[in-house]
Amino acid sequence: MEKCDGRMKCLRVCPTQAIRIRNGKAVILEEKCIDCGECITTCPNEAIVALTDPLGERSRFKYTVAIPSPALYAQFGRSILPDKILAGLKKIGFDDAYDLAITCGDTSLAIEHFLDEYNGPKPLISNCCPSVVSLIQVRYPQLVDHIIPIKLPKRLAAREIKERKAKELGLKPDEIGTFYITPCPVKMIAIKQPSSEKECYIDGAISIADIYDPLLSALESEDEGNYRKSLESVCILGIGWAVAGGMHRTQKLKNVLDVSGITEIIKTFDDIERGKLQNIDLVVAYTCPQGCVGGSLTMENRYISYNKIIRLLETLEEENIEACRDKREIRERYRQKYFHRQQKYEPRPIRALDEDLGKAIEKQRKKDEIYDSLPKIDCGICGAPTCMTFAKDVVKGDSQLSDCIFNIPNRLRELTSELSNLLDTFGSIGESEGQKSSKEK
Amino acid sequence: MVSHYDLSRTFEIKGRDFSKAGYVSINIKEILRELGIDPVIVRRVAIASYEAEMNVVMYASKGEMALKLNPKVIQITLEDEGPGIENIDMAMQEGYTTATDEIREMGFGAGMGLPNIKKNADVFELKSTVGKGTSYNIVIYLNSKGNV
Repeated sequence: MEKCDGRMKCLRVCPTQAIRIRNGKAVILEEKCIDCGECITTCPNEAIVALTDPLGERSRFKYTVAIPSPALYAQFGRSILPDKILAGLKKIGFDDAYDLAITCGDTSLAIEHFLDEYNGPKPLISNCCPSVVSLIQVRYPQLVDHIIPIKLPKRLAAREIKERKAKELGLKPDEIGTFYITPCPVKMIAIKQPSSEKECYIDGAISIADIYDPLLSALESEDEGNYRKSLESVCILGIGWAVAGGMHRTQKLKNVLDVSGITEIIKTFDDIERGKLQNIDLVVAYTCPQGCVGGSLTMENRYISYNKIIRLLETLEEENIEACRDKREIRERYRQKYFHRQQKYEPRPIRALDEDLGKAIEKQRKKDEIYDSLPKIDCGICGAPTCMTFAKDVVKGDSQLSDCIFNIPNRLRELTSELSNLLDTFGSIGESEGQKSSKEK
Repeated sequence: MVSHYDLSRTFEIKGRDFSKAGYVSINIKEILRELGIDPVIVRRVAIASYEAEMNVVMYASKGEMALKLNPKVIQITLEDEGPGIENIDMAMQEGYTTATDEIREMGFGAGMGLPNIKKNADVFELKSTVGKGTSYNIVIYLNSKGNV
């Protein structure tokens, strides 16, 4: 935060109004933040950074495994297929690299089974983007029951890897380090403080941006003969997870809506909250435009990387390549509740104006009064993103009315009149004293 | 039934203005959320006020919705200037609609609006004069469970 010079760009982009400028520096209000990364992308000074781990973190472990988000596969040239990228990760020092697309593919099938059996409130909402889950917990608490209760691929994979490698190598599970290669900060935060799963098997997250340069120089280009072989190892169901609409397309699901970008998601969730879209089975939402390939820690232009994934899907479709796990095996695992989350998602509603409803109503009225007195131009100079949030902050006691620059003339007027009153009193004392002294003469 | 309200707000709704449709109910929802009202109640009010708002947008020329509340009860009233409802009993039935094809093509007017309000409200009164307009009185008690 030392780099922050209070330029207020983040203040304006934050979709949940979770940023304030205090003493010339940006402050994030944790309770409102959904970790979407919009502020990280927009900050001209790189003052807001994601809490990812440096590559050096790996030395804590005897054996390390990289688990890259499928979004990593879209960061390089089109001729570089996932197996080359996994090989590159091993070259830059990981003992192993796991193709997460396979577990994503498993999870896609599990979701399909879940949709088939489901008869609760519709539409269901995918939990693949943790920022979307936070948005629901904070802003749409009554929709938490719509979140699909299937575990996330990266957690399933990390657990499987730890168990398998421990057995193979005769190590303890905590001697094996699992590192998620992440396209966005939110996945990092979800790893450090998993919102409701008790155990987390991921030891760290490394941003795509941090790993990009070393990985790029470690990549070998694909030669003609191997290209086909490499292609045949790509799990089509899992690759789709990197882009908005990918899961929908590869599984040929009906009645699924794909939404990306936070403003679009808010519009869609408003509709769901009003009881619309009940004929839709599933909404797959990503806060980053175009999906995970649009994450704030990626390197490639999000539209280019989106295109790369789509082209890869097209090739796989034309060639009839699936390379995913056996469907019967997944069905069996699904029956054994392998994919089911044990805990429910809990709402995380923002603090009310007051805990006591009577007092909250009183504050609401006060807030309306304050808002009416404000200029409503959302200049941000008070440190709040809008006049409305400023009015809220004032009634909550987090800001003072005098923080509004438009109140300064009023305040000056008040002070001036106080001052002139004071002068009047002082003057009259002086006068009377003067009269006294002249009399004495 | 309740004479004293601690908070009241009114909102104008323009008929045929589909671009702004739904804003009033979002506003109401935000106010209730800030007050820390139970999310289940907030959702019922959001659905009821949205359906009422949409009726003005679809059929009337204009309307005024009011939100009033105290720590025990939330009341939404709506007065519109419009064609009125000829047969209220019919209009209350699920699937009954007088919406034009044009409105139905936009995905509205499925005949679920009034039944939806009834489902979510503890008290729902509807009065209408053909050729003049319709008035709604929707009451939701803060300690009620509802029938949804």
